[in-house]
Amino acid sequence: MPQNSLYDFANPLRFESIARRVFPFVAGAAVILTAMGVYFALFNSPADYQQGESVRIMYVHVPAAWMALFCYSSMAIASAAGFIWKHPLADVAAKETAPIGAAFTLLALFTGSLWGKPMWGAWWAWDARLTSVLVLFFMYLGYMALWRAIADKARAARLAAILAIVGFVNVPVIKFSVDWWNSLHQPASILRPDGPTIHAAMLTPLFLMIAAYMAIYVALLVASMLNELISRRIARTELAGGAQPATMVEQ
Amino acid sequence: MTAKKRQRLIFFGGVFLAAAAAVALTLFALRGSITYFYTPSELAALNEKPTSAIRLGGLVADGSVDYAGNATGDVVAFTVTDGGADIRVTYAGLLPDLFREGQGVVVQGRLKDGGVIADNVLAKHDENYMPREVAEALKEQGVWQEDAGQ
Repeated sequence: MPQNSLYDFANPLRFESIARRVFPFVAGAAVILTAMGVYFALFNSPADYQQGESVRIMYVHVPAAWMALFCYSSMAIASAAGFIWKHPLADVAAKETAPIGAAFTLLALFTGSLWGKPMWGAWWAWDARLTSVLVLFFMYLGYMALWRAIADKARAARLAAILAIVGFVNVPVIKFSVDWWNSLHQPASILRPDGPTIHAAMLTPLFLMIAAYMAIYVALLVASMLNELISRRIARTELAGGAQPATMVEQ
Repeated sequence: MTAKKRQRLIFFGGVFLAAAAAVALTLFALRGSITYFYTPSELAALNEKPTSAIRLGGLVADGSVDYAGNATGDVVAFTVTDGGADIRVTYAGLLPDLFREGQGVVVQGRLKDGGVIADNVLAKHDENYMPREVAEALKEQGVWQEDAGQ
């Protein structure tokens, strides 16, 4: 294995020392970007010509919905890396992404509901977009439950990876649900062939919030992966009768 | 890549393709029920008109909103159009704030004599977002495109 390659990051101990150094910067970026994003979204951006002030819900809702899909895609890719190449960190990354992704999904569903009542006149509608995102939320919950249901970590990782890749089919369905079927939810405003249909003054807070959410995801992921690695080491130490495992010496 | 890794790759890819095929076939078979609403053209093209509750989606036709029923009990009538076909809707109840001529709406109700008796009207928001001043400037310059709702 060559030195200083991507494989080095797959070594859990190497990852730990890098993650500890990186975490403060990512967490700091998350705080600053969130503060800037919230300021622009709530105070320094115009009201919409149709929605009025309710448009501000969009700055919380759209990034949450994007992250819901991004986290699930990351989880599926990490699951594949863990399943096929047996990377020790990939399974941990997939496992720790799930609760973060589930939280983003719940936030998207909740803020969408708050927006739907004044705009559509309904808290909820069983249209293709809303239903497929609700299914995504249940996929996250099922994935998390599967990890907890199986004591053997290696076996849990294999089965959870299969569940993750089966659920990944839902991701393109969510993205294109508004194009494939008549739906109450509006079609895409940003990722569309003819460019964004959101005014520039509203794109600034939106992109800031997307960057903030991304930083929050990375910060939470790094912290919870560290937690998981440490608690696994503690479990191994206890199994070994409290003796220091040999790998600790490297620290 | 070792034989074992290739085996796992083929298995993992196979699981994904099988799941994708199953979902695609299911969604294709259920496409009629997944769709949230019929457009007036789709409804007009149906040989057997549905007798149960349906949803109809389209734009509120310009100049079609009639509040004349108000005196007799808060009934409003309007035409839902998709450019190809028109269907007259009557509704007794509160309309959403975004309801206006040219706006996309989704109407829930039953077909009766070629029209729809609605028991709920939802506004369909479009994908355009802009400040009020920009919308007004566009209207003044005459480049405003009224394509809301679709």
